[in-house]
Amino acid sequence: MVLHSEVPEDRARGTEDHRSGSSAAETAVYCRGVTKEFGTGEAKVRALRGIDVHIPYGRMTLLVGPSGCGKTTLISIMAGLLDPTAGEVSLLGCDLRSLSGSRLVQFRAENIGFVFQQYNLLPSLTAVENAAVPLIIRGVRRSLAIERAMALMTEVGLRERAQALPAQLSGGQQQRVAIARALVHEPRLLVCDEPTAALDAQSGRTVMNLIRRVTVRSDRAVIVVTHDSRVFDLGDRIIAMSDGLIDNHQREAP
Amino acid sequence: MNWLAWKMLTGDRTKYLGIVFGVAFGTLLIAQQASIFVGLMRRTSSQIIDITSADIWVMDQRQRNVDDIRPMPDSRLGRVRGVTGVEWAVRLSKSMIRVRTLAGDFTQAILVGVDDGSFTGAPLEMLQGQHSDLRRPDGVILDFDGYRQLFPGEPVRVGRVLDMNDRRAVVVGICRVTPPFQTFPVIYTRYSQAVQFMPPQRNTLSFILAKAEPGRQPQELSQRISQQTGLKALTWDEFFWLNIGYYIENTGIPVNFGITVTLGFIVGGAIAGQTFYLFTLENLRQFGSLKAMGVTNLRLIGMILLQASIVGIMGYGIGLGASALFFELTERSGQADLRGMWVPWQVAVIAAGAVGLIIVLSSLLSLRRVLVLEPAMVFR
Ligand SMILES: Nc1ncnc2c1ncn2[C@@H]1O[C@H](COP(=O)(O)OP(=O)(O)O)[C@@H](O)[C@H]1O
Ligand SMILES: [Mg+2]
Repeated sequence: MVLHSEVPEDRARGTEDHRSGSSAAETAVYCRGVTKEFGTGEAKVRALRGIDVHIPYGRMTLLVGPSGCGKTTLISIMAGLLDPTAGEVSLLGCDLRSLSGSRLVQFRAENIGFVFQQYNLLPSLTAVENAAVPLIIRGVRRSLAIERAMALMTEVGLRERAQALPAQLSGGQQQRVAIARALVHEPRLLVCDEPTAALDAQSGRTVMNLIRRVTVRSDRAVIVVTHDSRVFDLGDRIIAMSDGLIDNHQREAP
Repeated sequence: MNWLAWKMLTGDRTKYLGIVFGVAFGTLLIAQQASIFVGLMRRTSSQIIDITSADIWVMDQRQRNVDDIRPMPDSRLGRVRGVTGVEWAVRLSKSMIRVRTLAGDFTQAILVGVDDGSFTGAPLEMLQGQHSDLRRPDGVILDFDGYRQLFPGEPVRVGRVLDMNDRRAVVVGICRVTPPFQTFPVIYTRYSQAVQFMPPQRNTLSFILAKAEPGRQPQELSQRISQQTGLKALTWDEFFWLNIGYYIENTGIPVNFGITVTLGFIVGGAIAGQTFYLFTLENLRQFGSLKAMGVTNLRLIGMILLQASIVGIMGYGIGLGASALFFELTERSGQADLRGMWVPWQVAVIAAGAVGLIIVLSSLLSLRRVLVLEPAMVFR
């Protein structure tokens, strides 16, 4: 497994990629005219009102915007957890509409890693067992899965706490376990929804740095939703949203 | 995935044990009460169960069960013996009698008069003495539980004297019997002697016990005896079930036990089902993140069914074990009330069916919630 550990190198390459322009081969997720409506009639909410966006491999894209603007809805659609009401979504070269039911579930199991705001670790599994779950879901033998998860635990700096239960870990540590879990099956798309929102400023910064350091690689796209302006500087690219639309003046990392 | 399901289930120990307890409680109540019901029903037929050497029971046409005695004249014996295919036929009398011990205590007892020559109808399991001791003057065989009732706290030994209808009787043997429905002492004596003990009456013959010649079907012979004698002739099986059917139809026993068993099912099912459902609700987020991470609905169904089966099997095992232990302990305590009762395999199967139903119902409830779960909920 190739993990990039030196931030400057990463950033440099990310900017380079951008300069060379983004072609279809470099686009991990591509959305065109995506809308999403919840409910009907009076109670209808238009969460997304026509999104055109592409997410490139090899970089960390931040998705920012005020609460309720549709960030979570958009990444849910990008990760194949939610169907759009209208529009076109291409995920890692697959048209989402062509993947249905259990094939979509299988697709998620193989290609996507998740980091949630609430960590969502299984409370009765140890940290390293939690990190091994995506491999176990894919049918990897438990001992082998845990061995590989252990490598990730080292990567996120929690080797010593590998046998602890989630309840015995701090919030920041739990989120680091969640990051190990999100990476253990080497997904091509990593989706993080407000990974620092439940953490204090310092652990939030640590977690963001960690995501920056260990997740980005050339064959993987990383999307991080956040509304924490203090970490904006860590992204290669920032997409701002408001009221169900992408803001026009997108900012690329310097 | 099985490992994950197991870890999730046992992670919350309180709930896990609560569900197992609910299933065990339901199983215990169902198995124990149903077994007592079966045991009581068998007891109504205890006198039939204990006489295995005869194929056919012959009695008055109007008789509806083993206790509803309608004495026949002794001459009926000859008629039965006259039917072709009967190898042998002997007399048996059964009546209630008032017994007094030397200490002066009165009690009701069941008096069985067995064939003078062959002792057919005499108890199979002798603890002290033997059948031939019945030839001694005034000799009777008393059952063990009856002995303890008549001579409480005294050493169990032959030679004790009873008073039956102002006639002296000597205990020459102690036996074990299938406890009767009403826990009266059972006293065996020769037919000719039993007649002496009974209050004077015109007829004393309760049953004629008959054996089919080798190679003859008891079923067919009993029909022939009925036709030729005008008496009711039944095979052992027929009489056993006629008797039990009578008690089931004409007493409140099945209803009473039915209510308890139903309550066990409902209460155990409610505890187990509700806790299992609660367990699922509390883990909804975990199921949701598994779903997001790529676990198909089919595998989630498998996980929930596995979890339900684990608690079902454990609870069933504990409940059935506790029922068996209950009967084992009552047996050892020497209490006559539930002696000779056990959990029949049929009851174990029925309890398993009830547990299966509880498991299926509770997992259906849980499955409904998990299957409609939006995986996107994990971001909320
Ligand atoms: N399942 C849902 N049902 C109804 N409305 C929803 C649902 N999910 C999101 N919404 C609405 O869609 C809008 C966008 O929500 P969301 O994507 O969660 O915003 P953000 O993540 O940017 O805070 C909000 O108005 C929210 O109330
Ligand atoms: Mg959100």
